Amino acid sequence: MLRFLARRLALAVPTLILASMIIFALQQLLPGDVATALTGEERDPQVIAFIREKYHLDEPLPVRYGYWAGGVLRGDLGDSIRLQKPVSELIVEKLPVTLELACLAMLVALAIGVPMGVLSAVKRGQTADTVANGIALWGLSVPNFWLGILLILLFSVELGWLPASGYVSPFESLSENLAAMVMPAFVLGNAIAAVMMRHTRAAMLGVLGSDYVRTARAKGVSPLRVTLRHALPNAAIPIITLGALEFGQLLSGAVLTEQVFSVPGFGKLMVDAVFNRDFATVQGVVICTAATYIALNLAADLLSAAVNPKLRRA
Amino acid sequence: MPARRATVPPASGAARPAASRYFRLHPDGLMLRLAACLLAGIALHGIACAGPAAAQTLRYGMMEDPDALDPTLARTFASRMVFAALCDKLVDIGPDLKPVPQLATSWELAPDEKALTMHLRPGVLFHDGEKLDAAAAKYTIERHMKLPGSQRRSEIAPIGSVDVVDDLTFRINLKQPFAPLLAQFTDRAGMMISPKAAERLGDKFASAPVCAGPYKFVERVPQDRIVVERFPDYWNKGAIHIQRIEFRPIPDATVRLTNLRAGQLDLLERLAPTDVAQVKRDAKLKLESTYELGFLEVLFNPNKAGSPVADPKVRAAFEAALDRNAINQVVYNGEFLAGNQWVNPKNPNYVAEYPIPKRDVAKAKALLAEAGKPNPQITLTVYADSDSPRTGQVIQAMAKEAGFDVKIQAVDFTTALDAADKGNYEAQLYSWSGRSDPDGNTFSFLACKAALNYPKYCSPEADAALQAERGTVDPAKRKAAWKALADQVLKDRPGIYILHRKLLWAYSQKLTGFVPYPDGLVRFTGLKLN
Repeated sequence: MLRFLARRLALAVPTLILASMIIFALQQLLPGDVATALTGEERDPQVIAFIREKYHLDEPLPVRYGYWAGGVLRGDLGDSIRLQKPVSELIVEKLPVTLELACLAMLVALAIGVPMGVLSAVKRGQTADTVANGIALWGLSVPNFWLGILLILLFSVELGWLPASGYVSPFESLSENLAAMVMPAFVLGNAIAAVMMRHTRAAMLGVLGSDYVRTARAKGVSPLRVTLRHALPNAAIPIITLGALEFGQLLSGAVLTEQVFSVPGFGKLMVDAVFNRDFATVQGVVICTAATYIALNLAADLLSAAVNPKLRRA
Repeated sequence: MPARRATVPPASGAARPAASRYFRLHPDGLMLRLAACLLAGIALHGIACAGPAAAQTLRYGMMEDPDALDPTLARTFASRMVFAALCDKLVDIGPDLKPVPQLATSWELAPDEKALTMHLRPGVLFHDGEKLDAAAAKYTIERHMKLPGSQRRSEIAPIGSVDVVDDLTFRINLKQPFAPLLAQFTDRAGMMISPKAAERLGDKFASAPVCAGPYKFVERVPQDRIVVERFPDYWNKGAIHIQRIEFRPIPDATVRLTNLRAGQLDLLERLAPTDVAQVKRDAKLKLESTYELGFLEVLFNPNKAGSPVADPKVRAAFEAALDRNAINQVVYNGEFLAGNQWVNPKNPNYVAEYPIPKRDVAKAKALLAEAGKPNPQITLTVYADSDSPRTGQVIQAMAKEAGFDVKIQAVDFTTALDAADKGNYEAQLYSWSGRSDPDGNTFSFLACKAALNYPKYCSPEADAALQAERGTVDPAKRKAAWKALADQVLKDRPGIYILHRKLLWAYSQKLTGFVPYPDGLVRFTGLKLN
């Protein structure tokens, strides 16, 4: 197990380096440069020249990557050119917000998706299955932006129950924090719940048809126990893998949901940075996201091994 | 936890953040209350969940997150909005665009117009308690002139030196007469900053700006909020009634309006013209508007090799094909103002001899025939926002009737600017936020080799007119110069001015004392939140 962990961690380093190189190169393909974006309406040529020199924009690409990578090795992700603030500070500021939103959304997705998937598999071909599939289809097809606005109109404008936007740290006020996060978490979780339901259903159908389940049934084990104790743990592996991937995606920022509910997370940071050609910020966020992805994949593997002992020997 | 931590504790009596009106509970009772709110339905509405209103905090919904909050380095409209609370200027403009005293109480221009002497208001303090005197004014203006990366340098380039005359008087010596100088001092170039803070903070001044405005800086969480708090020693403190202002960047106009309707904002800028009717119907909301100082134009690139727009007749035909009022009606619900010059038709500097030409498709066709290009192909670059592509489509349809084949290319703002800079465009829908003096709408765009002259337009007659308007403050001479400029530019058509946007604010009826200013910036003096 330790060797497995060490091998995976060793693989993470070249993956991160490669990811940073790719995103660095991709950013150069964007039309318009930082100096142009930064000088705004007035565009004084002297200011453009100053910015170019200050941020080494005239240097060749490998040299610029070298400057950036050297900074990273010293623990310095650079400064956001637009906000004039260290990128590491921005990440530390936004990451907890995004992390919380992702966790809550995942909670919503699991709470809706897994029971619905199980129910749908157990009641295959019956009304419950059709209803669950209908709900999943709806969850997949409804756009986040639209659902978000509708929820705001209902719960904030009409009923006045929940704040329409904003973010409050849970350490300042847990109640305000949850009130602000309920709707964005639901909107995000809703779409994932649908995917989760479909995967759970498929995995459960596979397991429910297997020999050992039939044996358990023949031995007279109660249907509930067969479903939850015998079938679900084996069906859980694809669900965990999917959960980790979806969670990783949530961490890279849920742009539209963050826009609708004005949640100051990674998505907004990233989109603004791309539009402003704020390359240090884009680079920092991407590296951070890539690292999180790797960590999550690793966590999913470990979790699968914990759930299913067969995998521990693999 | 970095988010939601005030770097300066709120003053006593200061309002809690917005969301507190919904749940004012200790965490232990939280789950119960939350569950109750979510499940109990209509019965609980308005009883259990709503707390006391967040009085005395004005929550302002803005279109974008500002850039650096340093008057010397700032470049966005959004930062100007925050400076309206933080940083007073030497001179302000009134709603009628005339200069009015702010930090300077009076000023005299030397007879040769090469020196401006300004007298500062006595007893003005910066937010750090330092005194605003002539030395501080000299320091600030010289910082604008010399700080590397200064965005103000070109705005006040004709300034040669600044002399301290006495404690409250300083003199600005100009290299040549420069009529727009006073207008420049009504914007960021006129914002005074504390020299002590500027020295202490260096290039980190934007992290905690110290000015002499009605509000002092409290905290900034990028992309979430900027909070400022009433400065108790402000020179005009009697006119400041609101304790705190929270600027919240919400880029989407629909989301901004929804937040206002939900009581999450008290005031929002840049209401979408299509939402005007909705706001008018809502008894809880009020609406204010004024026409902007800027313009929207179709900018040509006559230097693009092989392009039909190099031919002046083709450009003239393009203008003849356009119905500006119809564009306004179709895309902007008629809320904007059709125009054909660098200032809008209601502006005192509008050249009345050149009214908006009517659409004339026959003339457009005749011009194209004369040019020998009956079906010219033109690529029109537009910003990929909500309105520009629609404007482009209406222009496309109108031009088609005259024989044009217009292709629309929607790109993001930075890409469009880059294309303009490099001359890599054929026609572009371009907008400018505008300045109070028409020089700010013309010189940089139309003078030979000027920084924003993307079409590389260069006409000796236009240049002479621009030098003439800059060279004197005499209203009659300037009026003649604007006419001379219009004579040339409206004939040469490096661009076609189309519309002037209306600046729309929607706000809660709790807010009183709101006066719209054509520069689009809110004046916080006199505002009350009941």
